[in-house]
Amino acid sequence: MSNGSSNNNNNTARFDAARRVAIFGGTHGNEMSGVTLVNLWMQNSAEIQRKGLEIKPFLTNPKAVEKCVRYVDTDLNRAFTQENLSATGGDELPYEVQRAQEINRMFGPKGSAEAYDVIFDLHNTTSNMGCTLILESSKDAFNLQMMNYIKKAFAPASCLVLLNEHPLLKYSTSRSVAKHPVGMEVGPQPQGVLRSNIFEAMRVILKHALDFISLFNEGMEFPPCTVEVFRVLERMDYPRDANGNIIAMVHPNLQDCDWEPLNPGDPMFQTFDGKSIHYQGSSTVYPTFINEAAYYEKQQAFVTTRRETLAASAIRKA
Amino acid sequence: MQRTFVPPIYNVTICGGTHGNELTGVYIVREMQKQKMEKAGSVSVTTVETNPRAVAAGRRYTEMDLNRCFTDVLLSSPITESTPYEVKRAQELNAQLGPKGSAKAVDLLIDLHNTTSNMGLCFIFYSIDWITLHIYKYIENNLNSVPVRAIQLDIPSSEAYSLESVGKHGFAIEVGPQPSGVLRADIFNVVKEALDLTLQWLQKFSSGHSFEGGTVDAYTFVKSVDYPRDSAGKATAIIHQDLQDNDFKLLRSGDPIFQTFSGDILKYEGEDLYPFFVNECAYYEKKIAFHLAQKKTYSFPHISVKND
Repeated sequence: MSNGSSNNNNNTARFDAARRVAIFGGTHGNEMSGVTLVNLWMQNSAEIQRKGLEIKPFLTNPKAVEKCVRYVDTDLNRAFTQENLSATGGDELPYEVQRAQEINRMFGPKGSAEAYDVIFDLHNTTSNMGCTLILESSKDAFNLQMMNYIKKAFAPASCLVLLNEHPLLKYSTSRSVAKHPVGMEVGPQPQGVLRSNIFEAMRVILKHALDFISLFNEGMEFPPCTVEVFRVLERMDYPRDANGNIIAMVHPNLQDCDWEPLNPGDPMFQTFDGKSIHYQGSSTVYPTFINEAAYYEKQQAFVTTRRETLAASAIRKA
Repeated sequence: MQRTFVPPIYNVTICGGTHGNELTGVYIVREMQKQKMEKAGSVSVTTVETNPRAVAAGRRYTEMDLNRCFTDVLLSSPITESTPYEVKRAQELNAQLGPKGSAKAVDLLIDLHNTTSNMGLCFIFYSIDWITLHIYKYIENNLNSVPVRAIQLDIPSSEAYSLESVGKHGFAIEVGPQPSGVLRADIFNVVKEALDLTLQWLQKFSSGHSFEGGTVDAYTFVKSVDYPRDSAGKATAIIHQDLQDNDFKLLRSGDPIFQTFSGDILKYEGEDLYPFFVNECAYYEKKIAFHLAQKKTYSFPHISVKND
C-alpha cells in the first residue's frame, strides 16, 4: 500500500513487495518484438517465472496484432485518459477505448490500491534509439532503482533512460494503469519486421528487470543511487506547407543520431530540392525518436531532451 | 564489338506509390510534379502516383497487392462489384500507360520501390533489354554512395505481374533498407541521383551519342525460402543474425539462416546461391523469408539510336 514513504536520500524508502507484474506486448500491433515475446511466453512461461511473483504476459491489442497495424481505431497507447476510462457507450466506443477499459479492469484500476505493481510495456521504434527504458515520473524511487540495476546489468551494452514528465507531451499509456509503469523501447526495427538482435536485446533487458524485482521481493536493500536520464523537452515537427504536407525530411546528418548532441546551427531538415534547415534553439539538446514512422501523423519528426541526473533514495521491501 | 541501332525513347514515365507505404517514390513523384519536370531534352517525362488510396492509408495496398496485378490474365479479367480496387486500378494504369505489349505503350516505365532489406540500390527487370542494361551500367559507373545491383526475373511477359512490364521497356528501382512509412533523406537523395543519371543517359542517347557495350552481372531469381512453421502455420524462427542485412553475400551449405525461439540454429543446405529480400516485411504474408539467386553475366552491345 505504501508507495514510497520518503523523499530524503538519507532514509530508505519502503515499498510493498511487487507481487503482481504484467508484461504487455502488441500495444502497437506491428511492433513485433513484444508481440512475439508475449506470444511465446503465453505458450510457455518458464523463462519469465520467478519465485513469489505472479508474472502475466498479455497481448493488449489483439485486433491490431492480427492485422499487423499500429492500431485499429485509435492509438491504444494514448487511450488511457480518465475521460476514456470512464466513458459509457459499450460497443459504440472505438475498439481501443473498449480495450483500455478492459485492461484497466484487469490490471488496474489506475490509481487504486488494487492495481498491478509493475507493468512492462514492450515497444519497437524505427528510430535508432538502441535499448531505451521509458519513465513517466522522476520521483518513483522503486523505478529509478530498477533503471540503475538494469543499466548496470546490461553494461557494457548501452541502455538509456528517457523521462517523459512533460505536462503537455506526456500521454496516457497502457502501462500507466500500474503503480510502477516501465516502457521498453528497442530500435531500430521496421514495423512488421522481427530482427533477431532487437528481439534478443529486449529479452535480456526484461530478464534483468525481473531479476531486480525478485531480489527486491527477497528483501535486498538497494543503496542510494543516481540515474542519468534524458528528459523530454519539446516536440519538433516537420516543416509543412499550407496544406499540411511535409516539405522536408530529417537531414542526413541528424538521421540515426538519436541521443547525440544537436547544437544551435546544426542541420536538422533537408528540403526535397536539397536545401538544409538548421536548428534554431538557444542551446544544445539531445534529440530522440528521430524519424519514427508512427509519428508523422502526430506531427513529430523528433523530440528534444536534456540530460539530467536523478537521485534515488535507498529502497527496501516494507 | 558490333554496334546495334535501337529505336528512340521518346517518353519516360516515372511511377511512385505502387506500394503506399514505400515513401521514397511517393515524394520523388510529388517533387517532380511540383518542379514541373516534364521534359529532359527531347524526351518527355510523365510522373504518376499509382496507388493513391494506399498512399493515403499509409498501407502497402488496400485490398490486393497492386504490383501483382499486371499479368495478362488480371489485366483482361472482367470487372464486377467484387473486383478488388487494385485490379481495377491496374487496368486503368494499363489503359493510361499501355496497353502492355502494344505499340501505344510508353517507351520506358520506371517504378520506384523501397524494401526493409539491406539491398542498396537494385534494378529489377524481366527481359534482357539493351536499353535497361545500358542505363543500369551508366548508373553503376556513376553512382558511388550505395552498392548498385541488377536482379533479373526470368518470367515471360504474359506472366509478368508488376507495373514496369506495361512499358515497352521497363524496370523497377528498389532501394533499401528503409522501414515502411519512413522517408529517409539519404535514400531519397540516392534515388533522385539515379533518376537524374537515367534522364541524362536518355538525353545523350536521344541526341545520337553511342554507348560502349560491356557486361552486367545480374542476379537471377532461383527460388524462395519460407520460415520454418509449426502445425498451426506460425513461424517458429527468426532470420539468423549472420544472414540478417547480408543480402547478396554468397550462402553456402552449413551457413546459419534461422534461429528458433528456443535457441536452435537452422542451417542452409543446397547449392551456393545469393540471398536477397532478406527479411522484407511485406513478404511475411507471402511466406517468404528470403529469395535465392544465381549470378549470371550478360553481354550487351554498343548501341546508338536508330534514326529513321
